[in-house]
Amino acid sequence: MTPALVFDGLLALLAVAAAMAAIGGRDLFGSVAFFIVYGLLIAIAWVRLDAIDVALAEAAIGAGLTGILLISALARVERTASSGESGEGGRLAKIAAALLCAGVAGALAWAALALDPQGAGLTPLISEALPQAGVGNPVTAVLLNFRAYDTLLESIVLLFALVAVWSLADDGNWGGLPGLRQHARSDGVLATFGRLLPPFGLVVAVYLVWAGSENPGGAFQGGTVLAAIWLLVAMAGITELPRVSSLPLRAALVFGPAFFLAVGAIGALAGTFLGLAPAAAKAIILAVEAGLTLSIAATLALLVAGSPQRTQG
Amino acid sequence: MTPIDLYTLAMIAAGAFFFFAGTLGLLRFPDLHSRLHALTKADNLGLGLIVLGLLPRMGDVATMLKMLLVWVLVVGAAATVAQLIARIALPGHLRSRPKDDGR
Repeated sequence: MTPALVFDGLLALLAVAAAMAAIGGRDLFGSVAFFIVYGLLIAIAWVRLDAIDVALAEAAIGAGLTGILLISALARVERTASSGESGEGGRLAKIAAALLCAGVAGALAWAALALDPQGAGLTPLISEALPQAGVGNPVTAVLLNFRAYDTLLESIVLLFALVAVWSLADDGNWGGLPGLRQHARSDGVLATFGRLLPPFGLVVAVYLVWAGSENPGGAFQGGTVLAAIWLLVAMAGITELPRVSSLPLRAALVFGPAFFLAVGAIGALAGTFLGLAPAAAKAIILAVEAGLTLSIAATLALLVAGSPQRTQG
Repeated sequence: MTPIDLYTLAMIAAGAFFFFAGTLGLLRFPDLHSRLHALTKADNLGLGLIVLGLLPRMGDVATMLKMLLVWVLVVGAAATVAQLIARIALPGHLRSRPKDDGR
């Protein structure tokens, strides 16, 4: 038994244990904590499988962003829900949910086991088409060229999620400032950290997007880093997030998907919706990724900030 | 086994010891503030020792600097978060609150 095999075995056991703890725990906060641990373990598993793009996305979005969304959702539930235990109906719903999840997990396991372990999958097709894709990273080529409509729809779904979060606002707060007021001391540690980290974060975010054409990285990973930096600066009290009625904010939210759609439409005029001419592909992909990064960063940050809950700063 | 291997082994073992001690403190210490103390001090030292142990194996200076930067950033983040958690856990009358904090 090689050390690598022992490591992978432990990793798989820990991931399953964290998943069981997340769904089996009675304490919701504990479940969320284990969900975040599970996401980080899965990110390490993707690194072990040499899927660095997926690992970055899992760590940033799966563990980090989803984790913080779950924590803030939990805080909202605790603020608003009555303390009554769920009755018989709740138990039935839980059993139905458990059966549904077990069914989906079983189907996924069956699909994974049914794959030919020696099979090359789509790799030969992608390697063959890669010279025409404009970028050297096959993941970026798939996401922004070969299967661009998946990415386009994802970026639009994110916008819909934000609209859904905003629609939870009270009428009086509509158009106001997102989230509760931040109480950070202007000379406190968070304010210092909020001034220290942004330069690093900006460099990392731009690098992730720029390097994404040849190396692991891309708009979602870079956008998540930007969103985290923006939120940190807002939480440290250095800046205030804009009102949800702010026109520059809404323009930033819509710009990426709209530009992506426009590129797709131009492709449609030339013959294929979202089709890219090989000569221009690299420039177009980088432009689309830059626009998407801006919109994804704004959308994710505002998703975490929550629905508008006040009109005064 | 070369001297560099021995050095790396010793540093990583020392780092792992601090991670172990920090985890033990997190599990066994009686209250939040002493647990936080055990966790942050031990984790920072543990990660630092592991980074120092791995440095001579990195080959190029850029990677070494990246690893040191990772350590510095983790120390900064851990110290900040530890301060925030410790402040939240303080009883209300112990939290200093200057007048100019904008509330």
